[in-house]
Amino acid sequence: MKLTLYIWRQKNAADKGHMEKYQLNDVMEDMSFLEMLDVLNEDLILKGKEPVAFDHDCREGICGACSLTINGVPHGPEKATTTCQLHMRKFKDGDSIYIEPFRAKAFPVIKDLVVDRSAFDRIMQAGGFIGVSTGNAPDAHSVPVSKKNADLAMDAAACIGCGACVAACPNAAAMLFVAAKVSQFALLPQGQPERKKRVLSMVSQMQKEGFGACTNFYECEAVCPKQVSVRFIAKMNRDYLCSRVTEAVEV
Amino acid sequence: MTLDSKIPSGPIQDKWDKHKFEMKLINPANKRKYKVIVVGTGLAGASAAASLAELGYVVEAFTYNDSPRRAHSIAAQGGINAAKNYPNDGDSIWRLFYDTVKGGDFRSREANVYRLAQVSNNIIDQCVAQGVPFAREYGGLLDNRSFGGAQVSRTFYARGQTGQQLLLGAYSALSRAIGKKQVTMHIRKELKDLVIIDGRVRGIVTRDLVSGKIESYWADAVILATGGYGNVFFLSTNAQACNVTATYRAYKKGAFFANPCYTQIHPTCIPVSGEHQSKLTLMSESLRNDGRIWVPKNQGDKRKPNDIPENERDYYLERKYPSFGNLSPRDISSRSAKEVCDEGRGVGSTGYGVYLDFADAINRLGKHVIEERYGNLFEMYERITGEDPYMTPMRIYPASHYTMGGLWVDYNLMSTIPGLHVLGEANFSDHGANRLGASALMQGLADGYFVIPYTIGNYFGSNKFDKITIEHEEFKKAEAEVAEKTNTLLSINGKKTPTMFHRELGKIMWEYCGMARNEAGLKKALELVPALREEFWQNLTVTGEGNDLNVSLEKAGRVADFLEFAEVMLWDALERNESCGAHFREEHQYPDGEAKRDDEHFTHVAAWEFQGVGKKPIRNIEPLEFENVKLAVRSYK
Ligand code: FES
Repeated sequence: MKLTLYIWRQKNAADKGHMEKYQLNDVMEDMSFLEMLDVLNEDLILKGKEPVAFDHDCREGICGACSLTINGVPHGPEKATTTCQLHMRKFKDGDSIYIEPFRAKAFPVIKDLVVDRSAFDRIMQAGGFIGVSTGNAPDAHSVPVSKKNADLAMDAAACIGCGACVAACPNAAAMLFVAAKVSQFALLPQGQPERKKRVLSMVSQMQKEGFGACTNFYECEAVCPKQVSVRFIAKMNRDYLCSRVTEAVEV
Repeated sequence: MTLDSKIPSGPIQDKWDKHKFEMKLINPANKRKYKVIVVGTGLAGASAAASLAELGYVVEAFTYNDSPRRAHSIAAQGGINAAKNYPNDGDSIWRLFYDTVKGGDFRSREANVYRLAQVSNNIIDQCVAQGVPFAREYGGLLDNRSFGGAQVSRTFYARGQTGQQLLLGAYSALSRAIGKKQVTMHIRKELKDLVIIDGRVRGIVTRDLVSGKIESYWADAVILATGGYGNVFFLSTNAQACNVTATYRAYKKGAFFANPCYTQIHPTCIPVSGEHQSKLTLMSESLRNDGRIWVPKNQGDKRKPNDIPENERDYYLERKYPSFGNLSPRDISSRSAKEVCDEGRGVGSTGYGVYLDFADAINRLGKHVIEERYGNLFEMYERITGEDPYMTPMRIYPASHYTMGGLWVDYNLMSTIPGLHVLGEANFSDHGANRLGASALMQGLADGYFVIPYTIGNYFGSNKFDKITIEHEEFKKAEAEVAEKTNTLLSINGKKTPTMFHRELGKIMWEYCGMARNEAGLKKALELVPALREEFWQNLTVTGEGNDLNVSLEKAGRVADFLEFAEVMLWDALERNESCGAHFREEHQYPDGEAKRDDEHFTHVAAWEFQGVGKKPIRNIEPLEFENVKLAVRSYK
């Protein structure tokens, strides 16, 4: 099939950036979206031009590296699918496709379609863990966990940290990402000792990073490649409020 | 050079405890005087960096990704083994040890494998304490399953995303240490060289992938946890960026590379769909429990699968291996698929694929049962191929998946360069010639959480370290070399892209050093690879600049190293004149196609020593002794 691509090109963080038009003539429907970009890039290199930079690694929908906003939708048109798992059979001959980076104040563009998502890492560093050092652990069977809670914790833990939730949110909020991690630990007995401290520090770091506030658009859930549920946001909000109150009393 | 594996004396079950007691300790107040560099943040690297930081060492960790959480350990699906014996089905440390040695086809080191089995239980405890959401039973205890043909249920799992959950566990431990400023994390920086001073490793040189800056970092010890080299085949189940550069550069600086010819091929991957293909996706092997594998009896039969009548189908595994049939071991199933495709009976547009058909199972059990068992796999298959496997058979083909070979390390996980330690898939130590399912995650975490924290202290305690800085001339020299090489890559101005060379290299390696190898083919490849390398340095084109984020430059550097490394792999495959585990030499097989070992001449590790690019490396030997598991022939009849 023939496609017209409009791709965001930006030399570096300081550059203003612009959309550039490319024509591709033999795109096969079995190609993945990123393989289609590979074809474009090979072509650009052979013409002496610079290839389009984009983040990607596993190409099987699990590492969370790939991003791209495709025709206005983070990870493109297919539900529950990362860009690397999106295939060209979802497009038609003659289509125009607009490809932009994930946009958010907290995700500055580094080059072309590559953005800096290290704000997520800093939120994790602020409290996204259970504070056990290696070697301290009791036997794995010493604390039973109800299957229901273990399954729910796994639903939350499925988050791949791609940032699509932020890119889709009109407020560029990171609530779904943070709520997923907070809820995973809040659902497990191992997570209880630091439960209040965790939610307070993670939320505070989230605010420092310049993510917006949640006003219940639920665009995040709609684009989440792992279908992490917005119910975790409600859960985190409850936890956050309780913790604010009780931690204040304790102090 | 004689290789000293430093295996402690005494009965196998006491070796590790005895060694732990005998190793030197570093006083808690002194630990902060030692600096460790950890390269790679997968299971092995992240767990090592976190654990060493908790002990009080100064740690600097590096990844070329944008976050430590992206490492490819994240893609492991199946599970992690441990000898907990929770299901009460007769498992034990001894049995896990035994199975692993046997599965490795008697080409691994007994003492290392025993230790791995011992610490496997601590890993599960540690991960549960970190909040890893393993699958549980209704009573609230952990669920186990049997995996990869094991006779006991010892595999712990978190849906089909065990690697992800374990990696996120290690990443959270690492994040905690970064937050406490115990670890300095460097992202988007790629190792380009190691620096050796007075015979010991003292640091690394990296390229910042955003600014292009070439930078030096010093340390008292360096840990490489940089994964395997499966991408030497171009197409593999590895992530795009996985490469051999770190371990290969260490090899060029004097670390021996052990058993590079041991590469594992996984039989059930989604086949290549065309030249554009960039990676192969693994489908869980469990599909073979209910799917029947077949190809048309006649060459070039292009009819749709459902139009080919029963009597014109060849269920070749059931025919050739009646007792195991579709569940024949990985290597046998893989080779049989290649055989029928080479005969011109392969299916799909490229002719490199075989059918995995669920029609019988659906008729027998009903669609809902199949859906319950494999629903998400069927969905993934449909997403990638656009075909509905409930209606038409899946197409599968083998692909490179894991590499058992790696840098040679002693019992302390130290390479032949003093101070350079190697963990996880990057070393060669525990899987012999073939890795069992659910053992990779176990080994990565064992090395990082429970082995290196002890053995590195011994290294520090046994040596004196001069203070150095990155102003040392060895750093300056290495930086200059890296800069020069970068400039060379940018200035060739030829006609072929780095990916074109990589694809060509992959084709050579897959053809002559893939699932089945023979002397003539390996010798031919030993001519083709150097010729391709020569062309690379004449005819490569890389656009863009050195001082910028430059994806084609990154790729070119990695391909350049693969082009040299491939030769070491070919030498190893040629000189290991036997079949064992995943290394199959066509000259050495039993009539049923099983690998035929030559224990008399090859019960050893081959550790290759660099002699110069294009020169044949020296093959050093570490003899292997089997005192606890008796050498026996693997049989799946
Ligand atoms: S590249 Fe890993 S999720 Fe897309």
